[in-house]
Amino acid sequence: MSAVIHMQDIRKAYARGDLHVEALRGVSLEVQPGEFVAITGPSGSGKSTLMNILGCLDRPDAGIYQLNGEDITRLGSDALAQARNRTFGFVFQNFGLLPRTSALENVETPLLYAGVARQERRRRAGDLLQKLGLGDRIGHLSNQLSGGQQQRVAIARALVNNPTVLLADEPTGNLDSATGAEIVNLLEQLNRDEGLTIVLITHEAEVAARARRGMMLHDGRLESQT
Amino acid sequence: MSMWECLRLALRALRRNRTRAVLTTLGIVIGVGSVIAMMAIGTGARERIAEQLEQMGTNNIVVRAGSAVRSGVRAGAGTAIRLTTSDAVAISELPQVSAVAPMARQNVQLRYRGTNWATRLEGVTPDYLVVRRWTLASGDFFTDWHVANAAQVCVLGYTVARELFGVTDPLGETVIIGRLPCRVLGVLSEKGASSWGRDQDDILLAPLSMVQRKIRGKPYLHNIVVQTSSREATKQLDLDIRQLLRRRHRIEQGQTGAFRIHNRTEIAEASEQSANVFTWLLGSIAAVSLLVGGIGIMNMMLVSVTERTREIGIRMALGARQRDILAQFLLEAILLSGAGGIFGVAMGVVSASLLARFSGLPVTVTAGAVGIAFVFGLLVGVFFGLHPARRAARLQPVDALRYE
Repeated sequence: MSAVIHMQDIRKAYARGDLHVEALRGVSLEVQPGEFVAITGPSGSGKSTLMNILGCLDRPDAGIYQLNGEDITRLGSDALAQARNRTFGFVFQNFGLLPRTSALENVETPLLYAGVARQERRRRAGDLLQKLGLGDRIGHLSNQLSGGQQQRVAIARALVNNPTVLLADEPTGNLDSATGAEIVNLLEQLNRDEGLTIVLITHEAEVAARARRGMMLHDGRLESQT
Repeated sequence: MSMWECLRLALRALRRNRTRAVLTTLGIVIGVGSVIAMMAIGTGARERIAEQLEQMGTNNIVVRAGSAVRSGVRAGAGTAIRLTTSDAVAISELPQVSAVAPMARQNVQLRYRGTNWATRLEGVTPDYLVVRRWTLASGDFFTDWHVANAAQVCVLGYTVARELFGVTDPLGETVIIGRLPCRVLGVLSEKGASSWGRDQDDILLAPLSMVQRKIRGKPYLHNIVVQTSSREATKQLDLDIRQLLRRRHRIEQGQTGAFRIHNRTEIAEASEQSANVFTWLLGSIAAVSLLVGGIGIMNMMLVSVTERTREIGIRMALGARQRDILAQFLLEAILLSGAGGIFGVAMGVVSASLLARFSGLPVTVTAGAVGIAFVFGLLVGVFFGLHPARRAARLQPVDALRYE
């Protein structure tokens, strides 16, 4: 079985004011289909930078990144947009819903950019919201929903285009512990029942413990944990 | 993403900030509206000028005898050379001439029964009506036969007929010109004041030969009006007439002022040109306000892009390509300017008609002006929307997502 994500010696540095920050100093990572990987690390360890490069939101300075066996470091911005659209589903700490837009339209958006016809979009987004227990919240605007509901909408949106990998960046960071536990349960269930590949980034040890495999980012390098 | 989907996204975004969208559109409404109104004023003025030129007879060349200068004293017209009927006949044989109207005039006292009236007698030929574009209110004009026989007949100007006859019908009556009885053949239609304010209807017309022989006693003409077959032919004919008269009157090379030729085509062209300049001047002043409206759109779109940076980042994370973002924001700008264009056309047409009603200015709204203003308004939207839309599209997803 070939790896979904193959990263080798990825480096990324950026300037913050006068400071030259080396966020990633040679990260290598391999994710197999159906895995549930948690990446932890203290703040400033480069977690967000790694997440952005994993999700094709940013490019590495050096190193190899193969997505489904294809080198993506040389792809143009349109091809990267397509990779984000087809391969990844994003779940952000602050939910990242479009403001003043209904739950249904939020979930529809990736399909809109994938060129799916309107009726098909409505059907798929509605079904998914129903499945995640938000059937009665379809028409609500994003700011009319609670934090937990917003994160569920975000997860529905991440799943709607059948992604290969779900990328979750601190998905429980803005939620109370009970709601956060529900969200982690949901992720665990998606991985177990549907075989969804999940890469979870968190600084909470108990959230990371729910993953099948844990890795620790420390000073821009990735260390394996078991 | 299809155009239609893009349009829906843009419309929804505009609806979220309705007040702002309406205010921004207002700039374009005023711009397009004032371009249309100003062009309407300019076009109206041009049409009125064209109308007046048409009445003046723009194909006419007027030949007058020049004035002699003796010891620095300049005598009046006709003292240098004398134009005669045979000059008129010679001119009529030139190419491109459609009518020739020689004229000799005399101020006379006109009597009918107990009343009298001082007026201007013009001895003319039937071509006079052609070159002056004049018609008869009643009766007939005299014919070439009357002219050939120096018949004692006349045609009254409208004012003269009113002053001498009041409500009675002058046709067939006899009036006394000086001491000469003449039968009234007809009455001219009313022409009104000339452009310099003289009453054109205060006139009496009689056969040229009769005026020359029986009233003035001199065979000379005051002027010859020559009508050309087209306005384009005027310039050449002007030269031909000069050459002809120089030859006929043995005027030496280099001597000037023996006769004068007025060519109304030049006046016509100059006034039409200035009317055109006037129209474009008004239009471009109004276009400045359209430009200001465009800057308003750019301003609003830049604010909108900044405010929605996170939204742009989210859309990019979900798979929006640069061109999707570009299309969305550009379409918002075009929708604003398009709506502004539509309401601007309505405003322009309404304000033009209000202007016409309350100021009395001649105002003409043409489809061309409406089209130009609308298309220009749309282009303003595209032009000023492009920069903000590109700024949005060129954002890096990671920067846009991180933006607070």
